[in-house]
Amino acid sequence: MKQTRTEILPGVHLNHIQTDKFKIAVMSISMLAQLDRENASMNALIPFVLRRGTAHYGDIEKISNRFDELYCANIDPIVRRVGEIQCIGLMASYPEDKYLPEGEAVAQDTIDLLCEMLINPATRGGLLIKNYVESERKKLADIIRSRINEKGSYAITRCIEEMCCFEDYSVGRFGSAEDCEAIRYKKLTQQYHTLLETAPIEIFYCGSQPSKTIAHWLKDALCTMPRGEINYEIGTDVRMNSVEDEPRIYTETLDVTQGRLVIGFRLGECMEDPDKAALSMFNTIYGAGVTSKLFVNVREKLQLCYYASSSADSHKGLLFATAGIDFDRFEEAKNEMLHQLDEIRNGNITDEEMAYARKGICSDLASMQDSQTAMESYTISNILDGWVVTPEEYMELVQDVTKEDVMAIANSVVCDMIYFLRGEETEDSENTVCIKEEEPSC
Amino acid sequence: MLITKKEYKSVGEYLYSGELENGLKIFVIPKQGYNSQYAVFGTHYGGAMRRFAIDGETIDTPAGVAHFLEHKMFDMPDGSNALTTLSENGADANAFTSSDLTCYHFSCTEHFEENLRILLQFVSTPYYTPETVQKEQGIIAQEIQMGDDSPGRQVYYDLLSLLYAHHPIKDAVVGTVESIAEITDQTLYHCHRVFYAPSNMVLCVEGDVNPERVFEIANEVLGSERKSIPQADFGEKESDLPLAPYKERQMPVGMPEFLIGEKISNGAKDTEEPDGKSILLQRLTAGLALRLLAGASSSFYTRLYADGVLTRDFDVEIDYAVGTATMIIGGQSPDPEKVLQELLSEVDRIREKGFNKAYFSRTRKAMIGGQLRGLEDFDGTCVSLLADAFDGFCTLDVIELLPQISRQACEQWIADTFKPEKLAMAVIRPLTEE
Repeated sequence: MKQTRTEILPGVHLNHIQTDKFKIAVMSISMLAQLDRENASMNALIPFVLRRGTAHYGDIEKISNRFDELYCANIDPIVRRVGEIQCIGLMASYPEDKYLPEGEAVAQDTIDLLCEMLINPATRGGLLIKNYVESERKKLADIIRSRINEKGSYAITRCIEEMCCFEDYSVGRFGSAEDCEAIRYKKLTQQYHTLLETAPIEIFYCGSQPSKTIAHWLKDALCTMPRGEINYEIGTDVRMNSVEDEPRIYTETLDVTQGRLVIGFRLGECMEDPDKAALSMFNTIYGAGVTSKLFVNVREKLQLCYYASSSADSHKGLLFATAGIDFDRFEEAKNEMLHQLDEIRNGNITDEEMAYARKGICSDLASMQDSQTAMESYTISNILDGWVVTPEEYMELVQDVTKEDVMAIANSVVCDMIYFLRGEETEDSENTVCIKEEEPSC
Repeated sequence: MLITKKEYKSVGEYLYSGELENGLKIFVIPKQGYNSQYAVFGTHYGGAMRRFAIDGETIDTPAGVAHFLEHKMFDMPDGSNALTTLSENGADANAFTSSDLTCYHFSCTEHFEENLRILLQFVSTPYYTPETVQKEQGIIAQEIQMGDDSPGRQVYYDLLSLLYAHHPIKDAVVGTVESIAEITDQTLYHCHRVFYAPSNMVLCVEGDVNPERVFEIANEVLGSERKSIPQADFGEKESDLPLAPYKERQMPVGMPEFLIGEKISNGAKDTEEPDGKSILLQRLTAGLALRLLAGASSSFYTRLYADGVLTRDFDVEIDYAVGTATMIIGGQSPDPEKVLQELLSEVDRIREKGFNKAYFSRTRKAMIGGQLRGLEDFDGTCVSLLADAFDGFCTLDVIELLPQISRQACEQWIADTFKPEKLAMAVIRPLTEE
């Protein structure tokens, strides 16, 4: 599938894939902003407020009815953190016209609705509607507080907050519940206009329409969008070394039956000139999937846990290894997880492990092309890295990764924080903080 | 071996289906131009099928055997692990167990036929030892604990235990730390022999594949012997009423989570001679009625959303499993009682005034679009085909049946189904400071 990229309006790029493969077409519009504590919650709130009503479809019921009329078209808010860049926007998906009953067509109408939602929201006196802002900020604050419901992802988020407490990365894609609740509708309207005028905008489309048609529809629908000087000064600050010489240890107690261990690492000097293919090989061998060292050793051989895995953020240069364990097996699990990293550092990597990792990554890249949303996030992520390679090119790069490349990454990795979420009845270390509902700020 | 090819013209799909001599049902949807192939091989055996009769004998088993078996099926007699073998072959494989199904599946972009053989082979090769069973008890105990920390799972089982007095659907599929301790290698061998016969199983494949080859490979690997099918026993028929209307507990959650539920007709009981299509039509009517009442565009949902009583985390569905049908409505809300109260007044309003005509036709349009959307999901399509095959109908027939559903039938369903005394609600509230 051929992908093109054109600037259709000042600072507005259309990334276009034309294909007849799918029954659904997908379009996303993302505004890019620097992630910082001051604006994160406001930025995150904007698409949720936009989703509440447009100039023509003034409330949620009218919008939902319009979606139904468009044969289950859908538009959802997007709020992402890619490194320290916040991507805020809307994603539409709708059935391709050729699958609808004769004479019916929804493609252009849905794109018009998407654009209207972005640039022409329901307002009163030129301001976003107070009631919508207040209702959505409460809901967003609740979403942020509900992070605690899923203990596995909560533990990783908390590890990031503690480990990166001096960096904007720790702010999270939604910002904090407190900041969110403090948002006022006038200030939010200002921030919305600033974003609309100055944010670089990336549009992604994957569907059956040619790029000329899509560009034409978009230019028409966005012609009244005010654009000023575009702020391209956005990026991610990568810290190479750990904050202290020895890894910091942080224990948190909560009413849980299973402990969650998260080890946070800096990817280190390899981030000077990141080799994404080698990084994904390293992460796959260390902790992604059932042939990984963490799964095979921590879960299968030592039976320390139900899950053990790792994930890497190549934008910010971080690696997290995580496991769900019994409280009293903390030391054992931690040591084994670190030991498995040492194994890679020392070159104890079999040819089979290399081959499985290669196959796994290439298979993921091939199947990604069967999913429009997966291609969307791949595209946006690559653009933000300024690293534009097709999945096919990526596969070739993966073939060239050597054992030494993987060892080099492992040797560059530095442990920065060991975070443990455990149950309540404990008389533990001085670092223990008791958390009930509120999350502490750094 | 007769293979039927059916065209679903409006959505541009073909379905190949047939049954092998051994009783295995097979469905294949070829998808040209896609890189990945997906296969799921499943047995009609899940966590709720603890008591069953086979060849005249009734057998009781501990809670959690079906799920335990799922974990242990990957072990092969030569010491290898099928999950690893598939993974080494570039396939992404996994398995899941529900109250009435155990499914093994993979997706891959290369070596499809080889992977399919591995899948069929390992699922039909039992190999357990006292040592491997003991080892797995530790891993599953961790999984059970992980579930104990999940509010979504707790509130679900709390609701089911309000609704069902003794039906085993109310118990966790994974069992308990105590019940899985009773499981031995012999229990596993026995249950595998009984439930993993091809006559009790279905294979579904979607992707750029040759349908005939799928049938041929399954025939080669699984042999032709046809075995008898076990009959699960769920005890006496449950009353229409819940045991109690309400239950709540506290957990570390950001805001209350709630589920409102009711035991409803599963569609099969209502027709004298239920055939697949009439059951499907009844289920579709129920699904559309519920969507009209409380779906994303309903005035009920949009009003409560605007008022801050409901959030984006809200869902309405009907779960059909092991002869039961459970309507479940819920999500997150600062005020679950208010949701229940508003739901009941909305039902009264529908009883009196019915659904608006334009709203009905819009919602039906959305259902058609929703079906198209669903077809992009190989995994979801194949698992639905598999589950529905055990209930005697075909998921894809939905496309033809949707236009047949009338507004009156939906209104009737709402009027017949919603009775305040039949509803129950389970709530998880945030911990309060002591």
